[in-house]
Amino acid sequence: MRPFVYERAATSEVATQAIRAGIATDTAPRQGRYPAEFLAGGTNLLDLMKLDVMQPAKLIDITGLTQAHSAILVSPQALRLGALAKMSAVADHPEIIKNFPVVAQSLTLAASAQLRNMASIGGNVLQRTRCSYFRDTSWSACNKRNPGSGCAALDGYNRGHAVLGASKDCIATYPGDFAQALMALDAVVTVLGPDGTRTVPFSDLHRAPGSTPNVETTLRPGDVITAFVIPAATWMRRSLYMKIRDRQSYQFALASAAVALDIDDGGLVRQARIALGGVATVPWRARDAEAALVGKKLDPQTAESAARLAFGGAAPREHNAFKIALGQKTVTRALVQAATLEV
Amino acid sequence: MTVAAPTPKANMGQPVPRYDGLAKVTGSALYAADFPHLDLAYAYLVSSGIAKGRVKSLDVREVRTLPGVLDILSHENMSDAVAHAKFFSDGGPVSNSVVPLSSPEIAYAGQTIAVVLANSYEAARDAAQRIVVDYDIDPASATFGSKGAIDQVLAEQSKKHEDPKVGDFASAYAAAPVKIDAAYSTPTQHHNPLELFATVCSWDGPNLTVYEPSQNVYGIKNGLAQQLGMDASRVRVISPFIGGAFGSKGALTQRTAIVAVAAKRLGRPVKLVATRRQAFTIATYRAETRHIIKLAATPDGKLQALSHEGFEVTSRPDPYAVAGTDASTRMYACPNIVSNVTIVRADRSTPGFMRAPAETPYFFALESAMDELAIALNMDPIELRRVNDTMKEPIKGLPYTSRSLMACFDEAATAFGWSKRNPRPGSMRDGDWLVGWGCATAAYPTQMAPASARVSLFPDGTARVETASHEIGTGIYTVAAQTAAEQLGLPFEKITVALGDTILPPAPVSGGSITTASVCSVIAQACAAIRGKLSNEAVGADLVEALNKRGLGAIEEYAEWVPHGAKAGAMQALYKGAAQPIGGAKLEDRMQFAFGAQFVEVRVHSQTREVRVPRMVSAFAAGRIMNTRTARSQLMGGMIWGIGSALHEQTDIDTNAARYVNTDLAEYLIPVNADVVDIEVIMVPEEDKLVNPLGIKGIGEIGIVGANAAVANAVYHATGQRIRDLPLRIDGLMPSA
Ligand SMILES: Cc1cc2nc3c(=O)[nH]c(=O)nc-3n(C[C@H](O)[C@H](O)[C@H](O)COP(=O)(O)OP(=O)(O)OC[C@H]3O[C@@H](n4cnc5c(N)ncnc54)[C@H](O)[C@@H]3O)c2cc1C
Ligand code: SF4
Repeated sequence: MRPFVYERAATSEVATQAIRAGIATDTAPRQGRYPAEFLAGGTNLLDLMKLDVMQPAKLIDITGLTQAHSAILVSPQALRLGALAKMSAVADHPEIIKNFPVVAQSLTLAASAQLRNMASIGGNVLQRTRCSYFRDTSWSACNKRNPGSGCAALDGYNRGHAVLGASKDCIATYPGDFAQALMALDAVVTVLGPDGTRTVPFSDLHRAPGSTPNVETTLRPGDVITAFVIPAATWMRRSLYMKIRDRQSYQFALASAAVALDIDDGGLVRQARIALGGVATVPWRARDAEAALVGKKLDPQTAESAARLAFGGAAPREHNAFKIALGQKTVTRALVQAATLEV
Repeated sequence: MTVAAPTPKANMGQPVPRYDGLAKVTGSALYAADFPHLDLAYAYLVSSGIAKGRVKSLDVREVRTLPGVLDILSHENMSDAVAHAKFFSDGGPVSNSVVPLSSPEIAYAGQTIAVVLANSYEAARDAAQRIVVDYDIDPASATFGSKGAIDQVLAEQSKKHEDPKVGDFASAYAAAPVKIDAAYSTPTQHHNPLELFATVCSWDGPNLTVYEPSQNVYGIKNGLAQQLGMDASRVRVISPFIGGAFGSKGALTQRTAIVAVAAKRLGRPVKLVATRRQAFTIATYRAETRHIIKLAATPDGKLQALSHEGFEVTSRPDPYAVAGTDASTRMYACPNIVSNVTIVRADRSTPGFMRAPAETPYFFALESAMDELAIALNMDPIELRRVNDTMKEPIKGLPYTSRSLMACFDEAATAFGWSKRNPRPGSMRDGDWLVGWGCATAAYPTQMAPASARVSLFPDGTARVETASHEIGTGIYTVAAQTAAEQLGLPFEKITVALGDTILPPAPVSGGSITTASVCSVIAQACAAIRGKLSNEAVGADLVEALNKRGLGAIEEYAEWVPHGAKAGAMQALYKGAAQPIGGAKLEDRMQFAFGAQFVEVRVHSQTREVRVPRMVSAFAAGRIMNTRTARSQLMGGMIWGIGSALHEQTDIDTNAARYVNTDLAEYLIPVNADVVDIEVIMVPEEDKLVNPLGIKGIGEIGIVGANAAVANAVYHATGQRIRDLPLRIDGLMPSA
């Protein structure tokens, strides 16, 4: 861990300005990142700093914004989640558990109780990949950490890596769970930047690796995420998060699916929402699979053929081919289970 | 009595709560890195990022000027600071014969290539991370089948190893009606004790004190003295509590000498707490193994032929091998047996002991094959073990001192409800979950080593036990106090115990499940000597009265105890930290083993194929059980590790680079609480008057031994899929898309 300047921001305006100032004083990006970072729960950022993977010159602590930006508001129109809300606060919220089950479950099934009490949901969606080659600086080839250096995972040990959305420069999996719920539910992100507040569809927040895997989001320097807004919809209650992993708890997903269904009285699917985790480089929406379900009765066969569509473009590497079959089974299982929910 | 404190059955001691329990839960128990020191400096290791080659240059210019940085040690300024010492399998003290910081040559990934010394941990870490290393990289061989890896027949490399064999395997196998021929494998595993590898060295003139979590303080004392060219009497090693070891803290690793030299050069105490990632390469590990098993039987299940071929990875410099064929060929009656072990030299650090080093991998293979044979015979797997149960090992015909294998099977089977099992694979479904029940034999050699201890009795009716044994979490403080209390007839609370310090009389390495048997034997002997001196019959208050009558300030007895079969000079070797455990299948006249039977229920999801273990029941018979509470805890720990070993644990290797990849506890998976649902430990009463006077066999490791196979056998029963490669994960069970 390198020495860094630590500042506290009491408001989000101050935070964005501080970042701007941080960038102005030290313009050379390190490892392809801006030299100043916001610090929320710190469970990802400090970890990566201790490993010397991230070397920000300046940290702007935004936990002072918690009061202003951690409210959980449920209205008939939308669910609004302040970005500094703790993962546990959202996961344990009775109304969210009941009316937005996929949101609560994606957080309950993530990390550990201790981490969920520490970590913010804003930091959660921005957490960085668990690719071991990225997290250990003694591997020289990692385009995400060190642009242009290559990718050790391509022909290395890649059981955990992505089969969807990968490029020849990076196959790292997006590790988080909550993002899949936001993705499936058409969430919108409220961002406060140096030029004021704006909203961004959650699906536009993360960037596929392409040839610049070091650039992970469309956020600009000084952008603070202040909230996530999930518009109310008919499929909310019939939703769930299915997470498959080697052990029962405290592991990132090998494959996961956030699904939400609107099924009419005749048992036909009116609307379906599916997002995939553990298998893709970014939070991944399976729109073809969703479309294929509309108007059909959701039985295991339709679920399975939709699941197959979800993995249409999947490209396996040496150790992760099982994720294609596993991902399909996960989607199938999630859909079939969601269809049987009492709502 | 509670579940945690089972009611003692015949030949079992009371479930006395842990002697050190309060100190541990209140934080007053000091572990190696916890001791306070004045003017402490901190060390941080720089580890090699390549597996083979040499350090071309080490750019430390920038780093030297960083605030707080004191010095940087590397081969450039350390080359002859540490003398070569022999690898422990060759009778030496070290876990790895590469001499630390002696040359630019790199023999394995993660090898320590420099050490930064600084005024704070943070400064040392920052500096270490900034050092730019330039390497000459040579191609490295990672594992089995890697280019450049060299296969060697173990029996030709090691004088100590002899391949067990008897009869005419080839003809018997050819002639038998029912056969199994299958290949199995187990992965690389790392102990990952919660307590990291810490070392603090402090000099006082010519005298060196080392604080280090150790399973063998006398081994460190003597080995380090040899490495530093000093008199061992000037080295003191202190290790009162160890936060998990499992074999990883048994031998002397390279870090100790480095920290000692650093402290000398700085003239200040130096503390090293290596990182979790470094723990994967600076200590030992369980190497990956492969096995080919051939079994043949008559239609009624009598084994006719058994062949076990083992393959184990080791390092280039050191021929480490666990050679579990010693045990696996001797479990069942069988007239025709062959075996051999091949070691495969790769560019890796030297592996070493890890909980049931030999039995864990070798019994996975043997007991999986036994299950496959039972299926081929259309026979209940318990009955197959019964038909082949024997009181004589088959190689030399030596008698077991005691063997309660079938009693264990019967008790565990009843508790588990085995009679309700439908043997047809896939027949026991619960909704979307496939349910499977499996079982396997566990066995572990009963070994002991010479031990010494001093017991003192005082006029106030208290007594003190002193022996340089090691509390690795197993409960030796407790059973040592219990033994003295019992032997002197005093209340448990009146006994104090001092362990883990080389100013105390030596005790052997705390490994191989030998500690309780060895240490309690010598404590009992010292207590008997006290009784003998004061009055042969008296115990308790009468004994104290006898002491007071004579007006003595204290009576102190030092005792030495040597186990059956120990070689001449074993006691003197103990003082050098080099006493070898003896027993198991290594005796001339008899076989000493503890046995167990392990039963597992698994659930495999019919679609996504994840495996869960809702239930595990195991029964063990291991001679006298000293304390049912600590024993249950120890056996349970082994069983839980068995779940992890079967389903989760694997150190992933990048075979191109010959490097480990998942070097933290987020990616190196072990069971979490949610994976450990219902664990039932049954202790089966057993009396064995031969193994040692107290009849103790040792239970440190046996809990893990049969678990791998029991899980795999249960998964077969659930799914009809026979998985012969551990860990049993979704990848292996998922039909391809
Ligand atoms: C062992 C382990 C297991 C885990 N398992 C899981 C799991 O199973 N599933 C899962 O989803 N997660 C898991 N996590 C990750 C954990 O959930 C994240 O580390 C956590 O959510 C990050 O939140 P934080 O507030 O601590 O973020 P920080 O570490 O403070 O920040 C992370 C990043 O986000 C930026 N940032 C934070 N807040 C904002 C904001 N409001 N606006 C703009 N930028 C911001 C920071 O600058 C930083 O770059 C695990 C973590 C660990 C250590
Ligand atoms: S997959 Fe991405 S993060 Fe991992 S080594 Fe390759 S470039 Fe780096």
